[in-house]
Amino acid sequence: MKLELKGITKRFPGVVANDHVDLEIETGEILCLLGENGAGKSTLMNILYGLYSADEGEILIDGEVQHFAGPGDAIAAGIGMVHQHFMLVPVFTVAENVVLGVEPTTTGGVLDINEAREDVRQISNQYNLAVDPDAVIEDLPVGIQQRVEIIKVLFRDAEILVFDEPTAVLTPQEVDEFFKIIDKLKDDGKGIIFITHKLKEVLEVADRIAVLRRGAVVGSADPATATESGLAEMMVGRPVDLKVDKSEADPKDVVLSVKNLTVTNLFGGTAVDDVSFEVRRNEIVGIAGVQGNGQTELVEALTGLREIAAGTVIIKGEDHTNSTPRQIHDSGVAHVPEDRQRSGLVLGFSLTENFVLDSYYQKPFSDGIKMDWKRSRSEAERLIEEFDVRTPSSEIPASNLSGGNQQKVIVAREFGRQVDLVIASQPTRGIDVGSIEFIHERIIEERDAGAAVLIVSTELDEVMALSDRILVMFDGKVVAETKPSETTNTELGLYMAGAS
Amino acid sequence: MTDQLTPSEVEPEPPEGSFFGDLTGSGRIDWRSNVLIPALAILSALIVGALIIALGDLDTLRLWRSSPGDALGVTVETVADAYGALFKGALGSVNAISETLTRAAPLILAGLAVAVGFQAGLFNIGANGQMLIGGMFALVIGFQFDLPIILHLPIAIIAAFIGGALWGAIPGYLRAKTGAHEVITTIMLNFVALRLVDYWLTIPFFQLEGRTDPVSKSVLESARYPELIAFINPRYRVHLGIVIAVLVAVGVWWLLFRSTIGFEFRAVGANPDGAKYAGMNVVLLYVAVMATAGGLAGLAGGDQVLGTLGRGTPGFVGVIGFDAIALALLGRSHPYGVVAAGLLFGGLSAGGQAMQATTDVGIDIVQVIQALIIVFIAAPALIKAIYRVRAEAESTQVSQGWAT
Repeated sequence: MKLELKGITKRFPGVVANDHVDLEIETGEILCLLGENGAGKSTLMNILYGLYSADEGEILIDGEVQHFAGPGDAIAAGIGMVHQHFMLVPVFTVAENVVLGVEPTTTGGVLDINEAREDVRQISNQYNLAVDPDAVIEDLPVGIQQRVEIIKVLFRDAEILVFDEPTAVLTPQEVDEFFKIIDKLKDDGKGIIFITHKLKEVLEVADRIAVLRRGAVVGSADPATATESGLAEMMVGRPVDLKVDKSEADPKDVVLSVKNLTVTNLFGGTAVDDVSFEVRRNEIVGIAGVQGNGQTELVEALTGLREIAAGTVIIKGEDHTNSTPRQIHDSGVAHVPEDRQRSGLVLGFSLTENFVLDSYYQKPFSDGIKMDWKRSRSEAERLIEEFDVRTPSSEIPASNLSGGNQQKVIVAREFGRQVDLVIASQPTRGIDVGSIEFIHERIIEERDAGAAVLIVSTELDEVMALSDRILVMFDGKVVAETKPSETTNTELGLYMAGAS
Repeated sequence: MTDQLTPSEVEPEPPEGSFFGDLTGSGRIDWRSNVLIPALAILSALIVGALIIALGDLDTLRLWRSSPGDALGVTVETVADAYGALFKGALGSVNAISETLTRAAPLILAGLAVAVGFQAGLFNIGANGQMLIGGMFALVIGFQFDLPIILHLPIAIIAAFIGGALWGAIPGYLRAKTGAHEVITTIMLNFVALRLVDYWLTIPFFQLEGRTDPVSKSVLESARYPELIAFINPRYRVHLGIVIAVLVAVGVWWLLFRSTIGFEFRAVGANPDGAKYAGMNVVLLYVAVMATAGGLAGLAGGDQVLGTLGRGTPGFVGVIGFDAIALALLGRSHPYGVVAAGLLFGGLSAGGQAMQATTDVGIDIVQVIQALIIVFIAAPALIKAIYRVRAEAESTQVSQGWAT
């Protein structure tokens, strides 16, 4: 099967999302669609999947023009999509989710769950997608949930599979697993469109690379000869510095001191287990670890969002064990939260309102009773300027910005005032290269200005690039402490997997 | 990770043209979703209402078989008469306008009580109960103390607010401390308030002397809302309540969009996790929101007791507190929207009575129309499809140009 997109153009008010895009893919190959957030990758795939209709251009399958009025038509034509946010029913089993919408039934219209189970088993054997058909989705780790999505697509006889940022939610180990899976799919004669902005991954798995920028295909590359920096330049449109430049750290007095900290999770289990460490001025401490090993709870405990069961947190010599988030904020702590959309921003609020979200009650934004929106707005405009937030105005809702710009809003808000301690959790998750570069620079600037910085990231490269000192968390404990110059990704990977 | 995200949630919405200026702290009014759609919903409801009026006329239905031309004429006439009477009863005379405004006042205040809840992410179904308790507080001040009007009326109004606020704070506290859902607790407290008032009205402290039925003592003249145009004709009932309702709406607008606590209300409503992260005391805010909402409903109860009725009777607030939910939805939880919706519902109520008196069409049709408005409001997709308002899905995603 051969799929061709010819001259696809899609305009939204004020913007051309796709500008005469030509692409083709055949079964048995992996095409990587590389581009930053907002480059038009998702729009293009939504057109392919029948969610949008193109203003111009056509979709051809084996030379025949297709008209997709909705995802149903695209699925019938053999196109499958694995979305970034999984479309699974959490309380249903794997088999139930896979057959949802095309359920096998016995005579009389009763769901034939045995048939469904058998189908799942058969597909998982054929493609090495080990998964228990009777497991309930919400009990499964993200990597396995993704497999269920893939099985779902294969169950609908997809020949061309589209993966939208599939690795964004996966741990390093899961990413490796995932690459094995798509290689296997390719060998079995499926065509893969792999959408991503991660350069390394592209070079690892692609047969062909197409780079999208501002809605247009700006180039293609052969993974055998392409380099990361060459791809990055093509993607961003200017040379990009992938290495983080920073001087040697010169740690001064202790700002954050954590002693024997123990935190329980929602279910009463121990999430953070007797953790002690210090962070000093002019120093970046990075916490590495696979998602779900207590990092989230640790950060929440340090920032007052979660109760501390035992141990102490000292910030600038003052006891802040179980202080409120506001007390901690007021003591000069900046917090870049793990999930920008869930807690870092109020998406429906304007940028101005988001810029003052955690200092709105203080002068000059408020006299305690009345908001001073004029002053807030001028502060917002200052931060937009200083932190290079790409927006037409400070008065549009935060939901209108791309992920990278949303993150810049948070970073601007948190770094825009004088702080002594920066706690940043997944500061660059799911954002574009340009924004990552910018945010990394700002973090280092904060360090050089005398702040103590604590970074929590599941991206090993990020921890290695930014940190002056690295702590590895596994199962709620700090299992290793090292320095980037004294370790390797492989060694850290072993610690992260629990080896000691 | 298993969040079900619809495309419109994943993809950025376009900035809407706004005619009230900026988004920040202004309670921006987006004309398409906040004005056009409600207006079309009202139009649709009136059209369906017309069909129902036509179908309800059996004689004419028979006429369709023998002489469709005549039947059409008669049908048009019936509908035109009914809506004509409705319109006349709402706006056609000084008395009609006086009635419309009299009925609109408590609707606006109760609608604000629901709207404030919506803005803060709470579903306040308890306006009726809060009105009753607020009204009873005002009543006690109104008949128990003899003060000059300059003191007496303001104190009575404040008492109405306090009564409602206390009643509203209960579900707020329960929500904050125990997680009990405010929908359940406010509904239940409505029943408690209703029966409590029934009981109170039978004890001597409240009951009008010499009466065996549950009727309260009358509010003293010094605590009554002055009638505004009774000097022209004593029939014109409209009183200070409508002025107070509009002023309170302006105050609520200021509270929500200009004040610091209003920013907290809206933040906790739009994203409780974000509010918590930002250091807001979500527990306290839920109590404050419900107390504020209850206080506003209390003012509506006070409007009935101190204004329109002048005393307390069983269930003296009728179903105003429930109409208020519809009204807040129609007004898109914006204080000015609530004022507009309150005037509309007030007009429908006053006009409906006139229509019932002068035509064969009963006042029930007004309730049908009100219900239909809400059905159409609750299904904006339907309105968009019928009237071909620019489809949302085709107008999303606008960030490309600004992305790095």
